[in-house]
Amino acid sequence: MINPFPVLPEFEYIRPKTAEEAIQFLQSHPEQARPFLGGTDCLVALRNRRISPNFLVDLKYLDGFQDVIFHPHDGLTIAAAVSMNEMIASEPVKMTYPLIAAAAREVGGYQLRSRATLIGNICNASPCGDTIAPCLVYGGMLAALGPDGKRCIALKDFFLGPGKTILQPNEIVCSIRFPLPPAGSRGKYLSIGRNALGDLAIAAVTILAFPDASQPSGYCFRIALTAVAPTVIFAEEAQRLLSQTPLNEKTLEQAALLAGQCCSPIDDIRASAHYRREMVRVLTGRALQQVWNALQKDVQQEGGNG
Amino acid sequence: MADQIVQMTVNGRLEQYRIPQHMTLLRFLREMLALTGTKNGCEAGECGACTVLLNGEPVNSCLVLAVECDGATVETVEGLTERGALAALQQTFMEENAIQCGFCTPGMLISAYALLQRSPHPSDQEIKEALVGNLCRCTGYERIVKAVRQAAQA
Ligand SMILES: Cc1cc2nc3c(=O)[nH]c(=O)nc-3n(C[C@@H](O)[C@@H](O)[C@H](O)COP(=O)(O)OP(=O)(O)OC[C@H]3O[C@@H](n4cnc5c(N)ncnc54)[C@H](O)[C@@H]3O)c2cc1C
Ligand code: FES
Ligand code: FES
Repeated sequence: MINPFPVLPEFEYIRPKTAEEAIQFLQSHPEQARPFLGGTDCLVALRNRRISPNFLVDLKYLDGFQDVIFHPHDGLTIAAAVSMNEMIASEPVKMTYPLIAAAAREVGGYQLRSRATLIGNICNASPCGDTIAPCLVYGGMLAALGPDGKRCIALKDFFLGPGKTILQPNEIVCSIRFPLPPAGSRGKYLSIGRNALGDLAIAAVTILAFPDASQPSGYCFRIALTAVAPTVIFAEEAQRLLSQTPLNEKTLEQAALLAGQCCSPIDDIRASAHYRREMVRVLTGRALQQVWNALQKDVQQEGGNG
Repeated sequence: MADQIVQMTVNGRLEQYRIPQHMTLLRFLREMLALTGTKNGCEAGECGACTVLLNGEPVNSCLVLAVECDGATVETVEGLTERGALAALQQTFMEENAIQCGFCTPGMLISAYALLQRSPHPSDQEIKEALVGNLCRCTGYERIVKAVRQAAQA
């Protein structure tokens, strides 16, 4: 009979004092040691015997891993061990990067978010990771540390497939940095799940758009799609259309259609692939409309002021 | 099996414990301290029956290692009841019949208590959002939301 309450398999808990010590430990225990933050993915995977490390290396207590730092000129840095609740409550995230807060609020329940982290959500590399798309449209850059020192990884180059990233097993992610959003940015995060909140997304759409005089349409759009491909993806053809073609209801509709076409969803217990594709079209259409309304309102107000 | 010596304040009492490194806080509370008010519903973060306060913040104790709590403060439904922190909520939960089998209740009380600490006069929407991580198979939630609303007004 299946035991509904298996205990966690045995492992050792390691609390390194410095990031370098953490790297050294990972380096000297290949395939046996695993970095660990809030544990909301790790401990479930351990319990279900999907992973079986001999060591969990806790990065939560490392110096500087609890910081949220905002510079009005340079942007925002969120360190690895900042919990989602701390992040959601932080002023710069709420005011300047609201899409990250909006998506994070959909992750599990409040008590899960006391522990779950943004960097954990990213490193877990699930195509349904709610916070990944907002980090992509804001141009997130990961700071990774390994035996050869630091390297910067653009988030858009980080993911290889479900659960797979370009990170080496002896590397850790220390933080994610975001430039300031382009002037005049407007955005929207829309998701659909089986419940209003707290369930993994069936599909989600994240849009950031801003005036860009170098584009024929006068605007640049970033559209990221969640839970409808092996990784979170950009709807590139839709983005291209929206920057190349004069913007009106029809262009928005066409872009939504292109977004629906560019994904490669799967059937699972949450929804069928067909439904997901349809929802990408519908959610993209709605989000585009709202973002476009906000952008037009900005233009009208500027006109009124000038 | 690797054990670790851990100093932890559970329900106001600071003590030293020897804990296996792979033991969850939930199992530690229930099986080593016999604090069985904290329930084991899923052991996977889904149901919230295991919710306790860790350094004042609600967490799923099934997704915390007990050894992570070295130097930390943990409060369970027993401790909060002892110091009277839950009195208003317990009263309104009874008055509104927000309890049937009662399995979800300790977790509900702790999530609701934490909500009222950070937001003393929550809207119904806030109450529902604060309880997203607490499943109840019996009541249909309406009475629970009402009980929390009443406690906030008390
Ligand atoms: C009940 C439940 C509901 C959930 N609902 C949602 C949801 O609605 N939406 C959603 O997006 N997610 C959801 N999740 C998953 C979400 O909680 C996690 O993805 C979380 O964000 C991971 O963060 P963590 O700190 O807990 O990571 P951990 O579990 O500690 O780590 C996650 C992974 O990243 C690796 N890792 C951690 N830190 C680092 C680092 N610094 N460098 C390199 N690798 C690292 C770990 O080895 C592990 O593989 C849910 C989980 C549960 C249990
Ligand atoms: S037992 Fe911890 S959430 Fe269900
Ligand atoms: S009262 Fe039975 S689960 Fe809530």
